[in-house]
Amino acid sequence: MNTKLTLNDIKVGESAVVDRLLTHGDMRRRLLDIGLTEGAEVECIGTSPAGDPAAYLICGAVIAIRSEDSRDIIVRRKNT
Amino acid sequence: MGLTSNSTGFSAASSISVAKRSSDDRIIAIAGNPNVGKSTLFNALTGMKQHTGNWAGKTVATAQGRFSTNEHSYVLVDIPGTYSLIPHSAEEEVARSFICLSNPDAVVVVCDASCLERGMNLVLQVTEICPRTIICVNLMDEAERRGIHIDLALLSKRAGVPVCGTSARSKKTLSALTELLDNADSSAFRPNEIRYPAAVEAACAVIEKQLRRTLGKDINARFLALRLLEGDSELAVKTAQQRGFAELPEDIAQAVEHGLQILAAADITRDRLRDLIVSAITQTAEDICRGAVEYSDPHSREADRRADRILTSKRFGYPIMILLLLAVFWITVSGANYPSKLLSDALFALGDRLTELLCACNAPDWLVGVLIDGAYKVLAWVVSVMLPPMAIFFPLFTLLEDSGYLPRIAYNLDKPFKKCSACGKQALTMAMGFGCNAAGVVGCRIIDSKRERLIAMLTNSFVPCNGRFPMMIALISIFFTGAVGGFFGSALSAVALTAVILLGIGMTFAVSRLLSATILKGEPSSFTLELPPYRRPQFGKVILRSMLDRTLFVLGRAAAVAAPAGAFIWITANVTIGDATLLSHCTAFLDPFAQLMGLDGVILTAFILGLPANETVIPIMIMTYMAQGSLTELDLAGMQALFTENGWTWVTAACTIIFSLMHWPCSTTILTVKKETGSIKWAIAAAVIPTLIGMAMCIIFANIANLFI
Repeated sequence: MNTKLTLNDIKVGESAVVDRLLTHGDMRRRLLDIGLTEGAEVECIGTSPAGDPAAYLICGAVIAIRSEDSRDIIVRRKNT
Repeated sequence: MGLTSNSTGFSAASSISVAKRSSDDRIIAIAGNPNVGKSTLFNALTGMKQHTGNWAGKTVATAQGRFSTNEHSYVLVDIPGTYSLIPHSAEEEVARSFICLSNPDAVVVVCDASCLERGMNLVLQVTEICPRTIICVNLMDEAERRGIHIDLALLSKRAGVPVCGTSARSKKTLSALTELLDNADSSAFRPNEIRYPAAVEAACAVIEKQLRRTLGKDINARFLALRLLEGDSELAVKTAQQRGFAELPEDIAQAVEHGLQILAAADITRDRLRDLIVSAITQTAEDICRGAVEYSDPHSREADRRADRILTSKRFGYPIMILLLLAVFWITVSGANYPSKLLSDALFALGDRLTELLCACNAPDWLVGVLIDGAYKVLAWVVSVMLPPMAIFFPLFTLLEDSGYLPRIAYNLDKPFKKCSACGKQALTMAMGFGCNAAGVVGCRIIDSKRERLIAMLTNSFVPCNGRFPMMIALISIFFTGAVGGFFGSALSAVALTAVILLGIGMTFAVSRLLSATILKGEPSSFTLELPPYRRPQFGKVILRSMLDRTLFVLGRAAAVAAPAGAFIWITANVTIGDATLLSHCTAFLDPFAQLMGLDGVILTAFILGLPANETVIPIMIMTYMAQGSLTELDLAGMQALFTENGWTWVTAACTIIFSLMHWPCSTTILTVKKETGSIKWAIAAAVIPTLIGMAMCIIFANIANLFI
């Protein structure tokens, strides 16, 4: 199961649904707080000029997340 | 942004005390997610002037204000923004402690109408502690424009607490909130309770029962029980301490053990528990919002996205940042010229009149010297040379801040900061440093990791504050671009100043990296950064307010620091010991070392005496030269003549600029570092690190430059 889709695979303009979080501790809590709970819809809306972090539309707000962190967020494609 | 009594008069999380004037005062806490307009609401209600800005983390300390309606008088407590009541950072700790421990009469949870669900998460957590909660759906106007419609009545019915809709920027919409505060009786507060999975409820019940038995019935047993299960005992300990226990009572600890066994039997680990709790909250929030929020326009964020596609693009992201910096400085430089000249003429003329007046009263020479040539003239220099650029730059910066561009800077610079094992949010604190380094240091609270926060604090002074760059502007125009004059002159000055600032930013990166590799070793921690929607700044209001604020602040400091410094210097310049004055003893003592750095004894003395306020450095320098030499006119040409007469070359000017960029921060900043870190060691480091680097840079620069002369 190492071909799992993670949030950093989602390209600009694409949407996905959160499956589960692999992070622990404070960061996990932070991600949950900002709305990255199971079933939440996420859209990637851009990347910073240096390519990282990327900005995601979550729960009506735009949040920037670094790729190290979005790599630990398992997602699935919308409507599949 | 900026060092006002509001922004530095913070109190630590544990020591918030509310100033009630009478026992009838009702205490209202204002909570909410970051950047939902809490401070704007607070200002509108209380008539106070908390600084506001369009970015998450603007308010890092609680503020209190009062207002009255026909019915009651209220004490309003503005709490830093928080996503949840389980704190990650110092600022969130403040929020939680206040709501949990100070028992307010009501909590107003401010939500952003455009992202109501997330706000509802916090509402549910707050109602778990304090049922007397009012939901204030703010930014209704902005949501309307985005095609988001909210059924407030339905929302209130679902949430079980009163709801009102406001647009805090327009004051009249606030009556909905004040009416609720006045009229809502206890029957209006029947909050929707969050239901957790059965095993969690069972484990919780065991602890709740014991908590009530040991600590009394008036505690938030359910909330404390959940936190204890999560392994967060801090609040329970604080509550126990409030009731006279030294630590968490043993019987409660046993109940927690029992609760954890129940969870373990249901195969629920601590991580799993947290997920279950958050999912339950999110689920409940979703249920409440379903049907109450209606989106009619799916492309409502299109304008913002278009802006971001340019402002954070690969091609334009960085150039635009530099251009903006350049533009801001160009407006500052060219805008300051005229008022500067006007002020200096007026103040110089006034000084002459004052001298005449004093002489007419037969005042002794030494008194005229101390008052006019000492105190008054230094004050006049601060006002005429330093004040205009400060009063112009500050509002411009506030406009940028209000627009929502600052978080984009942090977004753009996160990767470079990460390369230095630091946090992108350091860009925000760095930006605040332009206004005031002390405010920048306080702002470092938005950085979660302690290590990264220290890095940001120790490097904050590499960005020249409002009190320093007017001096750079003056020196640049005198020694480098003065010959050009006019439009091109001020444009060139702006370019030169931007180059200096970029050097400072480069140093910030270099030193951050150095610190991460040495005394503050560690990996970059994870981070999330909210990019708020762009908002059109309230031009008139912002410009007037912040210009006035800054002017009063500078005038206050000039009176408190510059005038006494002036008097002091006059005295030292006129009291003779042995063969020379006190002042020349001092400057002569420092001179050999200062010469090594490309400066002279007077410049170094001025920097030392400028410790309480950087904007006094140039005035003190001029004062000192004049005390030893002849009197000149007060404009730039006069300054040039005076400096050249005292042996300045372009190398001296460049070294002075470098040293101004990199030396000890002002005493307020150093004290702020001590207050924020609780350690004198870090406060000293914050002064020593930039000083050593500045000295080294000056020595290297001066010696290389002198080879070419």
